[in-house]
Amino acid sequence: MVWLLVMLALALSPLYASRYTIILLSTILMNVVLSVSWAMFSGPTKYISLAPAAFFGVGIYSAAVLGTKLPMPAVIVIGGLASFCLAILVGALTLRLRGIYFVMFTFGLVELLMHFLLWFELNINDTTGRVVPSLDNSTVFYLMLLIFAVLMLTVYFIKDSKFGMALQSIGENEEAASHIGINVTALKIVTFGVSAFFMGLAGAIMATRWTYIDPKIAFNPVISFMPVLMAIFGGMGRPYGPIIGAAIFSYLGEFLITKFPYYYMLIFGIILVVAILYMPGGLVGLAQNIRNQYLRRRHAHS
Amino acid sequence: MPILECRDVSKHFGGLAALTDVNLTVEQGEVLGLIGPNGAGKTTLFNAISAAFPPKSGSIRFKGQSIVGLKPHQICRVGLARTFQSVKIFGGMSVLQNVMLGCYFGKKSKVPCDVAEQDSCELLEFVGLKSFIDTAAESLTLGNQKRLEVARALATKPDLLLLDEVMEGLNHTEVAQAMELVSRIQGRGVTVVMIEHVMKAIMKVCERIVVLHFGQKIAEGTPDEITSNENVIKVYLGA
Repeated sequence: MVWLLVMLALALSPLYASRYTIILLSTILMNVVLSVSWAMFSGPTKYISLAPAAFFGVGIYSAAVLGTKLPMPAVIVIGGLASFCLAILVGALTLRLRGIYFVMFTFGLVELLMHFLLWFELNINDTTGRVVPSLDNSTVFYLMLLIFAVLMLTVYFIKDSKFGMALQSIGENEEAASHIGINVTALKIVTFGVSAFFMGLAGAIMATRWTYIDPKIAFNPVISFMPVLMAIFGGMGRPYGPIIGAAIFSYLGEFLITKFPYYYMLIFGIILVVAILYMPGGLVGLAQNIRNQYLRRRHAHS
Repeated sequence: MPILECRDVSKHFGGLAALTDVNLTVEQGEVLGLIGPNGAGKTTLFNAISAAFPPKSGSIRFKGQSIVGLKPHQICRVGLARTFQSVKIFGGMSVLQNVMLGCYFGKKSKVPCDVAEQDSCELLEFVGLKSFIDTAAESLTLGNQKRLEVARALATKPDLLLLDEVMEGLNHTEVAQAMELVSRIQGRGVTVVMIEHVMKAIMKVCERIVVLHFGQKIAEGTPDEITSNENVIKVYLGA
């Protein structure tokens, strides 16, 4: 019910909100989509992926290469599918790596793609950047909202299915999971692919807003770290943790950069450090602790 | 036809021969004990059979079909389940979820949600964990965690169950309960191979015992034959 109201309020917002608000909301939705799709795979399996920038960037480049040749919806879907395929390929090669090795490989992938494209554009295409046909602000917003809705449906479908349980069992004990009949390799690769699909979609849409892109913009490593930080900030214990985390995180970033343009990163850094030190369960974990304490106190009084 | 037949199974870890040409035959419906001093290769043999660490050479046939080269989840699906010496439960998940995962994924066919839940409850009652259904698996006692592993393995509907030291670390009452549980598992028509150090238990529960030492089979027979076997006495008492 709460979901429906939020979605409705968001869907109608271009009618009453200012242009700035719509642009801000699109950015927030982008961050939400990135962190929720990151948490979809990395949350339950505990395989920490630093590849979001790679899948996001593939979406951006799909839009840049095909933007003028195909209608936009097709371009966006192709952006998602390209990321999906890349994730399946990379997943098949690397999901046997565990712990820090997987983290490093996924991050290396971002750098690899960026430098390959830099070389390719300079030496083969004789350019550095590309121009992406732009869409108007409310179209970008609605497309982002649509992706967010589909993503949430996917997340809820997985969470309540046996596959969600199986994903969690991989994070708990992968060896045991494989010995009770779970095809852990296939499950990891497919989920990794689905999570990358949504990141690619988001990239393809956001590219239309930036109009000019080059490999360094498209494969910005910050995009790899943001979803992780936002999901941890929100708390990964609940499916809405990454949503809340991403929403507050991106709004906070926007607020600080406009109010304190010189100290923005400093304040942001302090907030992050405090959050990680004192809220191990993220915002959701904090809320639960407060609630539990309140209930306990009431219990003690009665 | 034996349900499981291992022929000349060998496994090396670097220069160390963990298993050397081990032959093992398990008959349908029996409870076979696998004993031997620490480092004898008992768990390695289980790992070779269940494909956790595939053997270097030798053949393993289950119900007449070769299972060498299958992945662990495929081995489970043909009807061969196992438990682990150091418990490997899904600690953060509920007891019921642990068992339901076995129901869902243990066989290739689709299992509806309510059937999985019903079967899981029945199995939890069978192992005596009915009252812990909603408990997080990690907060169970060691004895109960071992029972949970047994229930989870049984949920995959195996024809053969490999039990790796289910009685290790348990007190007297729990050992007695575990022995009785093994007999009831046999009563369900499941063939059991069990690794055990608790001699009293293994002598009582098993019809046949195989002794491993330094990766080789040194004796095989009924409990009486084993206790009077010179090789076994030498290995265990060092005489």
